[in-house]
Amino acid sequence: MIPELGQMALILALLLASVQALFPLLGAWRGSSALMRMARPAVAGQFVFVVLAYAVLTHAFLVNDFSVRYVAENSNLTLPWYYRFSAVWGAHAGSLLLWVLILNVWTLAVAMFSRRLPEAFVARVLGVMGLVSVGFLAFSVLTSNPFVRVLPAPANGMDLNPVLQDPGLVIHPPMLYMGYVGFSVAFAFAIAALLGGAFDNLWVRWARPWTNAAFGFLSAGIVLGSWWSYAELGWGGWWFWDPVENASFMPWLVGAALIHAQAVTEKRGGLRAWTLLLSIFAFSLSLLGTFLVRSGLLTSVHAFASDPRRGMFILMLLGLAVGASLLLYALRAPKVVGGKPFALASRETLIVVGNLMLVVATAMVLIGTLYPIVGDALNLGRVSIGPPYFGPLFIVLMAPVVLLLPFGPFARWGHADLREWKRIGLIAALASVIGGSLFAWAASGGMPGWQAWLGGLSSAWVFAGVALYARKRWVSVPAGRRFPAEMAGMLLGHLGVGIFLAGALLTNSLSVERDVRLAPGQTAVVGGYTFRFEGVTDVRGPNWIAHQGTLVVTRDHQQVTVLHPQKREYSGDIVQTKAAVSAGLFRDLYVALGESLGAHGAWALRLYDKPFVRWVWLGGLFMALGGFVTLLDRRFRVAVPQTDESMSTPTADAQPITPRAREAGA
Amino acid sequence: MKLYVPLAIFLALVGLFGFGLWWNSTHIPTLVPSPLIGKPAPDWKLPLLYHPRQSLDKAQMLGRPYILNVFASWCFACADEHPVLMAYGRDLDVPLIGYDYKDKRGDALAWLAKHGDPYTQVVADESGRTAINFGVYGAPETYLIDARGIILWKHIGPLTPHVIREDLLPRLLKLGVHPKVTT
Repeated sequence: MIPELGQMALILALLLASVQALFPLLGAWRGSSALMRMARPAVAGQFVFVVLAYAVLTHAFLVNDFSVRYVAENSNLTLPWYYRFSAVWGAHAGSLLLWVLILNVWTLAVAMFSRRLPEAFVARVLGVMGLVSVGFLAFSVLTSNPFVRVLPAPANGMDLNPVLQDPGLVIHPPMLYMGYVGFSVAFAFAIAALLGGAFDNLWVRWARPWTNAAFGFLSAGIVLGSWWSYAELGWGGWWFWDPVENASFMPWLVGAALIHAQAVTEKRGGLRAWTLLLSIFAFSLSLLGTFLVRSGLLTSVHAFASDPRRGMFILMLLGLAVGASLLLYALRAPKVVGGKPFALASRETLIVVGNLMLVVATAMVLIGTLYPIVGDALNLGRVSIGPPYFGPLFIVLMAPVVLLLPFGPFARWGHADLREWKRIGLIAALASVIGGSLFAWAASGGMPGWQAWLGGLSSAWVFAGVALYARKRWVSVPAGRRFPAEMAGMLLGHLGVGIFLAGALLTNSLSVERDVRLAPGQTAVVGGYTFRFEGVTDVRGPNWIAHQGTLVVTRDHQQVTVLHPQKREYSGDIVQTKAAVSAGLFRDLYVALGESLGAHGAWALRLYDKPFVRWVWLGGLFMALGGFVTLLDRRFRVAVPQTDESMSTPTADAQPITPRAREAGA
Repeated sequence: MKLYVPLAIFLALVGLFGFGLWWNSTHIPTLVPSPLIGKPAPDWKLPLLYHPRQSLDKAQMLGRPYILNVFASWCFACADEHPVLMAYGRDLDVPLIGYDYKDKRGDALAWLAKHGDPYTQVVADESGRTAINFGVYGAPETYLIDARGIILWKHIGPLTPHVIREDLLPRLLKLGVHPKVTT
């Protein structure tokens, strides 16, 4: 009986979403306050029913209700309780429900924190988010109902895919979805602005905190995903350019471009059409990612089971949502170039160049990801594209961004001081060549390879830029006003870029990997560490049995750590390796257990020394932190004059700019 | 007008996706004919798995037909296919070349040590670059190449006794070799 309640809750939520979509938009169009006021109650009602449906499905997992097919396919009596929570999003139907739940969380947040915005604008925003919700709830109810029964109920379920039984995967999907779906807010703001005429740029200021939050979540989600594949897949890599990874990376790249373009539009009134377009792109690419992952169009290591009917539905959804938005954009986007003029050497120029590189990189990833389908279409046969394509191109496209990054904060809006640029460039170059070389030298323990050297140079270049700007603020601005949240967020994000550069390039260059055959008592040396193999014992977990190796790691006769790599066997003879990682800020020691090699207890082992690999994720986390810190800026919370949208002035000059805003833009 | 450019690009993408879905629903990927069938095999030269300093190339293999079997230690389906190769490999009367695809040397050696080695020779394509020229779709895959170096037949997915008897043997018999397997 209870699962049917979930089903009904989902249908009621769909009806309420339709109410939320239709009436407020109609009200905004007709100027009817009564219709517009229906938005918030509809949001609240929909939220309640979606939470109810989600709770029902979770309950079915917790009580092992195997009469629900989805539970029977993704859980098992021996599955530990904490994985039963995360098993809810372990396959297509449930993860779609999580998607809808998170969309509702964002919508509720927008409804709550937008009381000071003009009524018609909020009605349009909530209406657009309602439309998105209708699409996904209909998708869930019509093609991917998680509450379908299977009768007679099996005595036991099939178990959750062992790859997903990992703490990293408990938090990775919710974080990632917070990011994906969070871009729906910026999208809804952009569409609302287009519907309302987009006469001014106030909407951009209102959209900025939401965009930054979404970007923060998406960064954190991608970091978690990367860390999980590193810890779980046993290959010791942190990025594979897999279609599913690319699907999350494309909205991130556009999101990074968007948060910078928004700054230009908000503060200077420029790039108005571009900001609108990027807002549509960021969410469209999130939808595209959902489509690619779930339609079975591309094969991937971690794609969900696919079904052509689902693929057709979500393609229609994608076509309607993105097609309609782009049509609206074509019809309504501001055709006059607005904003204050800027010189060639100005902050605007730097941001435009950075934006272009990020968007071109997105296009590059998109083309590489879709190439197999193009291959089909042109009858070239299925061809898959891998790291040899993505890696070098990405480095080439991002090089200008890194090169310009230190100058950005120093460049004034409109017209930058070239003498200051020269001075900054000179100091940063010196710091980069001297500090970066020393860094690479010390990290490599000798003559660095070109990649390590590049890592040292580029990260020191970025660090120098960030430090110089922090210092400038420190000496020239009185205490208390030195680092407003928006600026602190920018500095943290840029610092993250530097940390990431050091991590990615140093770990690629310095990682040492050895495949060895060890009998108990034998040792192998990797990167100055001695690994002594103590043999393999059998251990038993809640729903697996495992061969567990023991390795004692020493350096200069001092014991460093003891590692226990496992090879787990779950029910259904599914074998899953669990690499053992001793994590450190400067190096990870990583061991994966291979095959048993005959008598005498010898095993194949894969030993890694991975210096600086943590920096890859640390950099990503700093970027995420930067996004979140920006939210705290007072400027985003100061009251905005309650004017009718159509009455506010069309030029950017007349925007209410608080002293703090002027200062942050200086 | 230029404001319509994003819409036009998007519609082209939707068209491509629609095509992709249609293609997937009407084609079983394993039945996709290779465009290379009937054409000369791409020029290849790869190091031997057991002796990485030595290599094997297309020219050395000219003069008699051979079978190229793409496998990898990371590939689950290859482990399913392997016993079939162990059982039939030596009876086909043509060299069976193992093509180790995007694999670490140590992994492949351990894998062959564990499951047995049915191959006449094993070449290693660690980067997977040569495989791109062959149009390798995924492992396992099997190619039959004749004495002039022309690809006669390609099978995607694991070889089964059925596939060997129904598809491979007739082609081998046509080439005039004498497999010990009976149809």
